[in-house]
Amino acid sequence: MEWVWTNFGLIWGLTLSQVWLSALPIVIGFVVSIPLGYLASRSRVARTILLSIGGILYTIPSLALFIIIPVIIGTSILDPINVVIALTIYAIAIMVRSAADAFVSVPEPVQDSATAVGFSSAQRFFAVDFPLAGPVLLAGIRVVSVSTVSLVSIGSVIGVSSLGFLFTDGFQRNFPTEIWAGIVGTLVIAAVFDGILVLIGRILMPWNRRGTPQLARIMAKRRSVVLQQWN
Amino acid sequence: MELIIQGFGWIFTPSHWRGPGSIGVLIGQHLEYTAIILAIVVVIAVPLGLYIGHTGKGRGVAIVVSNISRALPTLGLLAVLVLVLGVGLLPAVIVLVILGIPPLLAGVYAGIESVDPQTVDAARAMGMTELQILFKVEIPLGAALIFGGFRAATLQIIATTVVAAYFSLGGLGRLLIDGQAQNDYPKLVGGAILVIALALVVDGVLALLQKLVVPRVSAGTRNTRRTARGGVIPPVAQSRTLIKEGQ
Repeated sequence: MEWVWTNFGLIWGLTLSQVWLSALPIVIGFVVSIPLGYLASRSRVARTILLSIGGILYTIPSLALFIIIPVIIGTSILDPINVVIALTIYAIAIMVRSAADAFVSVPEPVQDSATAVGFSSAQRFFAVDFPLAGPVLLAGIRVVSVSTVSLVSIGSVIGVSSLGFLFTDGFQRNFPTEIWAGIVGTLVIAAVFDGILVLIGRILMPWNRRGTPQLARIMAKRRSVVLQQWN
Repeated sequence: MELIIQGFGWIFTPSHWRGPGSIGVLIGQHLEYTAIILAIVVVIAVPLGLYIGHTGKGRGVAIVVSNISRALPTLGLLAVLVLVLGVGLLPAVIVLVILGIPPLLAGVYAGIESVDPQTVDAARAMGMTELQILFKVEIPLGAALIFGGFRAATLQIIATTVVAAYFSLGGLGRLLIDGQAQNDYPKLVGGAILVIALALVVDGVLALLQKLVVPRVSAGTRNTRRTARGGVIPPVAQSRTLIKEGQ
């Protein structure tokens, strides 16, 4: 414990860089995935193509991706931007699927009513599709957030500074306390990020506060509709 | 881009395919570790997942555990265990097993859970025992998701084995760690290319296997039920509905 207090400056600095290196991919990944996911929810061909590419990119082990990206885009191998780009790629690969599922979960009758009362497609997207897709989008970005925070630390193997530095440094100095500090720090960041996302979800989707009564009702109805069509 | 060519050049240099640390040996080690760990993971995660999926017991615990494990930094876990247990295969195996279990566990119980309760009830009404329901109805109908979990676990293990090379484990990760330490960029990039190729090939083989082995079910499982629009109701939204419906 004493080590943690005497080295608080170091830990804090590493924490901040870890926060940046993970926050950027989460935010960029979310923003990029929304239009891609919407596209995938509209067109079967787009869905197949986007999800296949995502699946292949997600297959690549992170350490290899951290090394290949600077080679392809010509940055220095120690440049933190490589980690940001690699993690953004993973974020998009997971998030596009969630976003596509989220937009498919918007009930068709609701979309049709919006069109019927005169919403343009852009209006319908922002006022109807996007909010109703919210709960599933939130579930998706929470998964992205947790895995991004934990992946950042692998960058320290190739010298990109984050809390992962405590892992490599603690290992080389044979000093478990330092490693534990890094593990706890990483978990705390993941928990804080998750809390922030849940909070944003509560503020933006007040109807969703107690689970998803409305969405659940809509989905339940939709299911019975589907069942009727089947029977 | 120049380095990519040098990386391929490094891979196709005949001398790198001979001797104890050759590319072939490293690929063999990587596959061997993956197979051993995968076997342990299957033995633990499959029965557990089947139990959770069939009975619904312990589902909350399983979700929490898999969420926490997703947040756990691989590198830190490896570092601590190697310090505690000493360098060698054992700590790496323990960490790789810990990290490999959640994706398979989630796949297995999600697969079993995805089977329409009406189908299960029908099977029960026909007089099937619980074990018969599990093996003749739930596993075949949930096979796609179960196999998906297996693929995810395999990739997780392959990727983590790369990182484990930092702690003196063998496998293709050696090329990345040694290449970096020796400032040997062709070796580093060649190693990264080999790692990517291995992951893609293994996943491709598993995808092919899935096509051949896993039964294609078009009705009866929720995750493939089609909507009027021709889209597919996503499992996330479905399970959400089901929780609300009190199932």
